[in-house]
Amino acid sequence: MARANREMGAAVAGIEGPEAANGREPAAAAGLRGFSREELHGLLADMLLYRRFEEKAEEAYAIGRIGGFCHLHIGQEGLAAGAIGPLRGDDLVITAYREHTQAIAKGIAPRAVMAELYGRATGCSGGRGGSMHLFDTTVGFYGGHGIVGGQIPLGAGLAWAIRYRGGDQICICFMGDAAVNQGAFLESLNMSAVWRLPVIYVVENNGYGMGTAFARVSATEMEARSGAYGIPAHTVDGQDVLETYRFFEELAGRVRGGAGPQFVNAITYRFRGHSMSDPVSGTYRSREEVESQVEERDPVAILRERLMEAGLLTRGELEALDAEARAACEDAAEFADASPLPDPATLYDHVYAEINPHGRLFLDGRPGAPTGGRARVDGGGRHG
Amino acid sequence: MAEITYREALNAAMCQEMDRDDSVFLLGEEVAEYDGAYKVSRGMLARYGDRRVVDSPISELGFAGLCVGAAMAGLRPICEFMTFNFSILALDQVINSAAKMLYMTNGQIPIPIVFRGPTGAALQLSAQHSQACETYYVHAPGVKLATPATPADAKGLLAAAIRDDDPVAVMEGELLYNVRGEVPDEEYVIPLGVADLKRSGDDVSIITHGKMVHVALQAARTLAREEIEADVLDLRSLRPLDADAILRTVAKTNRVVYLEEGWPYAGVGAQIVSLIQDEAFDDLDSPVLRVTQADVPMPYAKNLEQLAKPGVKAVVEACRKALYTAGTPA
Repeated sequence: MARANREMGAAVAGIEGPEAANGREPAAAAGLRGFSREELHGLLADMLLYRRFEEKAEEAYAIGRIGGFCHLHIGQEGLAAGAIGPLRGDDLVITAYREHTQAIAKGIAPRAVMAELYGRATGCSGGRGGSMHLFDTTVGFYGGHGIVGGQIPLGAGLAWAIRYRGGDQICICFMGDAAVNQGAFLESLNMSAVWRLPVIYVVENNGYGMGTAFARVSATEMEARSGAYGIPAHTVDGQDVLETYRFFEELAGRVRGGAGPQFVNAITYRFRGHSMSDPVSGTYRSREEVESQVEERDPVAILRERLMEAGLLTRGELEALDAEARAACEDAAEFADASPLPDPATLYDHVYAEINPHGRLFLDGRPGAPTGGRARVDGGGRHG
Repeated sequence: MAEITYREALNAAMCQEMDRDDSVFLLGEEVAEYDGAYKVSRGMLARYGDRRVVDSPISELGFAGLCVGAAMAGLRPICEFMTFNFSILALDQVINSAAKMLYMTNGQIPIPIVFRGPTGAALQLSAQHSQACETYYVHAPGVKLATPATPADAKGLLAAAIRDDDPVAVMEGELLYNVRGEVPDEEYVIPLGVADLKRSGDDVSIITHGKMVHVALQAARTLAREEIEADVLDLRSLRPLDADAILRTVAKTNRVVYLEEGWPYAGVGAQIVSLIQDEAFDDLDSPVLRVTQADVPMPYAKNLEQLAKPGVKAVVEACRKALYTAGTPA
């Protein structure tokens, strides 16, 4: 529920705490897993924020405000709220390229995420990263990586650094289901097990790697993928955010306590196409399949209905929460729209952290390229 | 100043830096219990323990990526590749992660990592174990590359690479590890981007890097017998590139041969030729020539291997051609 992040002062949308619970007792542990009414409203607020944010991004993409590849998380929000929510502020998250809501869940402000999608200087990556490369190390969010599986060894390395320094943080490394067929996954699992790294590998299993169903290109089941390395495999219903939250809360605690690497197969479903250029349904999955998932397995609707059935959420409260989520996303888009483009003078900034005082780092000979301390010899001139 | 081997000089650089900074660690295949496939890390496991000197599985993509991840979190890994041939497996992490991270993050995440190991051919190791990998690395903005040719340069450049806040590849040579030379005993760092004139002459410039420096010096000695005096400029690092030193030697001799171990197509020499024609065209009295490996995979048979490698004879002939004294152009 991004609670910890909010407490850290990170600006996660302006969602106010709910009013007093009209004398009602906190929900029974059985049905609602021991969450207080306030916590449940917080989770719902987060889920609504993620949903509305992606809808706003979709709209902005359609009118050309956002360019390039853009992969929406709609349908998978339970894994932003449920897996990242229980983490500590100083825990680390690294993920692939369907990561807008995960970035927000870890504590990056919706404004900074939207501005990044818009390619603006105020974006969380200064407009240099875009949709697939959101970063903010101050909240422990390490991207945003575009090569399938490329973030997995990096996640192992973040966990390696935690262990090297004797810290008690953990790292969550998300990936899509298709990433487990990359060599990088197998190599990383092996090393993580050998070195007992504090990392949880989470597969957001939406059933399809782009347009290819997992089973069509995979010789074994998802749950079998970590056993060869002695890493425990877990399955969680990612559409049930309450279950997901409690599950990760417990697992994070165990990994923090030294349980070693874990592998989680989180079942979810993508309600939109792979990216903006992919229709919601068509060649590789039927309209009926998508419709039934949207109808029956929407993580936002599941939580909402459960709260209403339990009498923990009124129609008015829901409308208020949703209005806040929409307003936050509207505000993010307005902020992005009003933000400046990156300064052209910064084109060469941040290629290198250290501009060595000798020699040329840039060989394109363009004006503006840093020269490393010595004056450039002007083109065509003789060297004196 | 003691005379030690190139191998010992690399070891000394790593120890020098690990002594002063706990965030530096060495990870790679066979680096710990085996003392390094080429014994470069001899004794380091005993000295630093298995927290900081770590044997990896044979998983180049995985352990290179793990090291990059550790660097993302602020550590300073020395990632050893048994040879850079094997690092081709890891290029996704080198190029897509290490090289681009700082830029994609708008300066939030520097990657202070060293990738090191031997590059280029040794003797009769055939196609997959005999290739110069410089261009794969130097091609990508975000990466720096040093190529020490002597023991002193090995210590100074590796130390500089470890202290640098960016990804630096340090490319060594299997045939260099036993080369002996004087190396400062005290703390020693050679800044990246400073070429070294290994020999001075007025007639022709042989510009080169890495192991080929020794071939260039041999060629220069041969040419001296014909009263042709060659400047031998060792670039020492290819990024940053000491363009000033290149332009100086061009202005001095007006004739240039670039010598490298790699293939010609889009090779290091191609970049140097471009630089010279762009910025010192009027200084040239003849076309800049290149001596490279033959444009073929490295063959195994001794005679074919000799033919494929850039050698002293080819360099001498190229220099004569640059001076228009050649009977038999290269």
